[in-house]
Amino acid sequence: MNDSYSYLDGNAAAGELREIFAVDVTTAGGQCAGCGRTAVLADVRLYVRAPGLVARCRECDAVLLRLVRGSGRAWLDLRGLTYLELAMPDDS
Amino acid sequence: MSWRVATVVALRDQSPTARSIYLDVPGWPGHAAGQHVDVRLTAPDGYTAVRSYSIASAVDRDGVELTVEQLADGEVSPYLGSELVVGDLLEIRGPIGGWFVWRPDQREPIQLIAGGSGVVPLLAIARSHSVAGNQSPIRLLYSVREPTAVILAAELEELASRDDGLILTYAFTRSVPPGWNRPPGRVDAALLADCTWPAELLPTCYVCGPTGFVETVADLLVGAGHDPARVRTERFGPTGGIR
Repeated sequence: MNDSYSYLDGNAAAGELREIFAVDVTTAGGQCAGCGRTAVLADVRLYVRAPGLVARCRECDAVLLRLVRGSGRAWLDLRGLTYLELAMPDDS
Repeated sequence: MSWRVATVVALRDQSPTARSIYLDVPGWPGHAAGQHVDVRLTAPDGYTAVRSYSIASAVDRDGVELTVEQLADGEVSPYLGSELVVGDLLEIRGPIGGWFVWRPDQREPIQLIAGGSGVVPLLAIARSHSVAGNQSPIRLLYSVREPTAVILAAELEELASRDDGLILTYAFTRSVPPGWNRPPGRVDAALLADCTWPAELLPTCYVCGPTGFVETVADLLVGAGHDPARVRTERFGPTGGIR
């Protein structure tokens, strides 16, 4: 066991992402544009020791998502995700 | 989701380095077992630091209980662990996270596996399971350095003392109480085989602890035949993570 692991789970980004999205996107499935693996965003690797949050694929390590907050604004880069699949109630 | 102002209504030491913080949160919408909150501290010069902490309490609309392990080099936890007093105000955002949760309509067996202060959200699950009168079998394997590092022991043992209650096993990694039936050691495949539900029962496993611990345990569970989709994990790290 090694204490130098520098990543967490996508879970830990839920609060920051909930500032931007109307729903909890960490429960959404997403496909990695790098290798095609699909995973729930809560279960990807999240690196927090960076100027923002960086989510990477567990399989191929490609960057899936970057979120940087600045004064009065946020930058969200989702190009590493081919799509997001969200549970949506039918009556909304 | 906006920040709310919470009031500290009680504090309780859990160990030399951990304490529980009870917060009254006006308008709290309630939470699901396993969720966390973000806590934001703001310095006089405007500098802010945000950290995530798991909720220890069962679903409750009046407020939340957090248990914070103090990190020697932490930016936020030393304040929460030593300086905070009853009546102080804290900014919190939550409840957060819809993945590492247990809901009372789940019927499958529940396997909880904690490393250190990773026990906090697992206590919330065990408490909610009890409050809901849920009949699914539930057990907790709690890996901790030594007996004095155990937190939330009274709460866990109360749940374990009930008929059909929590099956609680401690695993000590560095030192064990006198007469303990196992030498100190890390969680390994043999311990998991002895003290957790087998994969054939199709339990949902909730694993929470430091990243290295979670990595090891999740791999062992999948190696023992558990479906990766039924192994839910929450890692916390030295900075910024969920505690």
